[in-house]
Amino acid sequence: MSAVLEVINLKKSFGGLVVTSDVSLSMATGDRVALIGPNGAGKTTFVNLVTGALRPSSGEVRLRGETVTKVGPTGRVQRGLVRSFQVTRLFQDMTPAEHVGLAVLQRTGNSGRLFGNFLTRTEVMEEVDHLLEKLGLLPLAHRKVREIAYGQQRLLELAIALALKPSVLLLDEPAAGVPQSDTSRIEEALANLPSDLSVLMIEHDMDLVFRFARRVIVLAAGAVIFDGSPSDVTKDARVREAYLGSYAHASHVA
Amino acid sequence: MSGDSSVSNTNSMTRLRSNFIRRDLIGIAAIIITALAGYLLFPDNLALLTRLLAIALLVLSLDLVTGYCGVATLGQAALFGSGAYAAGILSAHYGITDPLLMTLGGIVAGVVAGLVCAIVMLRAHGLPQLVLSIALVYLFHEFANKASSWTGGSDGLSGIMLDPLFGVFEFDLFGHTAYFFGVALLLIVFVLLRILVRSPFGMLCRGIKEDPVRVRALGASPHKALVKMYVISGAVAGTGGALSAISTQVVALDSLSFTQSAEALVMLVLGGTGSLFGALVGTLIFMLFEDFVSAANPFHWLTMVGALLIAVVLFAPKGLYGTAEAFLAGRKKHDGETRA
Ligand SMILES: Nc1ncnc2c1ncn2[C@@H]1O[C@H](COP(=O)(O)OP(=O)(O)OP(=O)(O)O)[C@@H](O)[C@H]1O
Ligand SMILES: [Mg+2]
Repeated sequence: MSAVLEVINLKKSFGGLVVTSDVSLSMATGDRVALIGPNGAGKTTFVNLVTGALRPSSGEVRLRGETVTKVGPTGRVQRGLVRSFQVTRLFQDMTPAEHVGLAVLQRTGNSGRLFGNFLTRTEVMEEVDHLLEKLGLLPLAHRKVREIAYGQQRLLELAIALALKPSVLLLDEPAAGVPQSDTSRIEEALANLPSDLSVLMIEHDMDLVFRFARRVIVLAAGAVIFDGSPSDVTKDARVREAYLGSYAHASHVA
Repeated sequence: MSGDSSVSNTNSMTRLRSNFIRRDLIGIAAIIITALAGYLLFPDNLALLTRLLAIALLVLSLDLVTGYCGVATLGQAALFGSGAYAAGILSAHYGITDPLLMTLGGIVAGVVAGLVCAIVMLRAHGLPQLVLSIALVYLFHEFANKASSWTGGSDGLSGIMLDPLFGVFEFDLFGHTAYFFGVALLLIVFVLLRILVRSPFGMLCRGIKEDPVRVRALGASPHKALVKMYVISGAVAGTGGALSAISTQVVALDSLSFTQSAEALVMLVLGGTGSLFGALVGTLIFMLFEDFVSAANPFHWLTMVGALLIAVVLFAPKGLYGTAEAFLAGRKKHDGETRA
């Protein structure tokens, strides 16, 4: 199967600190990959490099065969590469319907329109309602984001990403900061992602990783130290060492 | 179940729509009533009131870039003054004396000035951006000063002739025609901007103000949107400039000065940024206050304006209109809760 996303020898350093050292990976249609690693391993930086928010020191990113290393972040989104954020980035005074509506309009090339209120445009609102319904957010469609719970805001991040109809989705800790009681909703949403979508998910919660991923990549100090099946990852000596080095998450893996 | 919620959604959509329209109508009615009240109460002061209308257009244009998009600028008068000079020069040098064509000229000049300012200013962010805006307005000012064969330099541009509006209404000495022309311009601009700020583009701009990184992750370019908004803002400021040239039949250098820019910002903050009503209320209160206090006490009026501004910024940081709106919204909510 041809690769949807290819990352080739990606490198990045901040001053003297090497944060991404020679990372390569390739993802096919429908892949479910978990990217894990201790705090500060360079996971978010990797996402920033792939999406174009940061410029790599060297290396290449390809989307469906096209080299996009010189394409800006908006161009990559338009080519189907969409991300979510580790800490939600939402517009506090806007409603979920407005967020998702804006994403739909952007995808269809209508976000620059000077006339017409999209809240009264049925073809946009039908899609918005459908997406919000799927994530259980419909009852909150017209509440301001600042008034809804953090778990629901994380679901909204997913809804926005899906509204852009991506072919590759990079999720940066989709369950981070969500109380345990609400993670099941997010896990359900993740399980229901379209099957032809390629997903790379950064996550610290190993239960979630094992249930979601069919492939696990471990990053430590900016380098890939493991790339294989979930069942092998806990047995790997280097992975254990990397996690034991940062005791914070040792318990999850051990 | 899903049927229920989509019905409730349609309901809330209808409610939102009628809410928008109600506020539009209230706004239009408020402008007309205020305009008529001004006309009836101060028939000898129409020059001041027409100037107020022109400045209101300037402050609205500033609200578009500062209030809605978060671009801080102390050079907005560059757009306003360009419109004023263009309208004036068309009449004084080219014999184009139709007020509508002169207004169109002002709009085009405002658009061009807006584009120039956008291209320069949007290269920077924050404080450097603010400094660039000041540099720009000084350059525009100096350019107008040096090109005195066109602009009259520091003497101002005079010799502006006017045809009757629509070939019927003479621009009279008392300023009746100019006043109603100004009211009409303000109403048209207000309605267009109401449509603009709740359009998809208006929503996108609000997003840019809060989090450009988020907007980029949606695939939209903040830079492109801001340039577009600057162009629109230039059209609005240019309209105001043209109105000022038409109503006074002179254009002075200080119409594109730093002082005028700063004053516009003060008016906007006074009324409340990010709301068209706020911009209008701020202009009205500032200009009336200025006129009233400077007549009552010509030596200390600036002190009083300063004190008013400090009071507003400290105790009503959302501006006079913004604070009043929040207060009313809070009361409504409270009422609803106690009733429920
Ligand atoms: N803009 C920056 N400038 C300098 N150093 C940075 C920058 N961004 C990240 N770093 C550093 O790069 C390293 C990797 O950071 P990154 O955020 O990618 O880690 P992470 O794997 O996502 O960690 P976490 O699990 O805590 O989210 C950290 O040491 C961080 O301090
Ligand atoms: Mg991270």
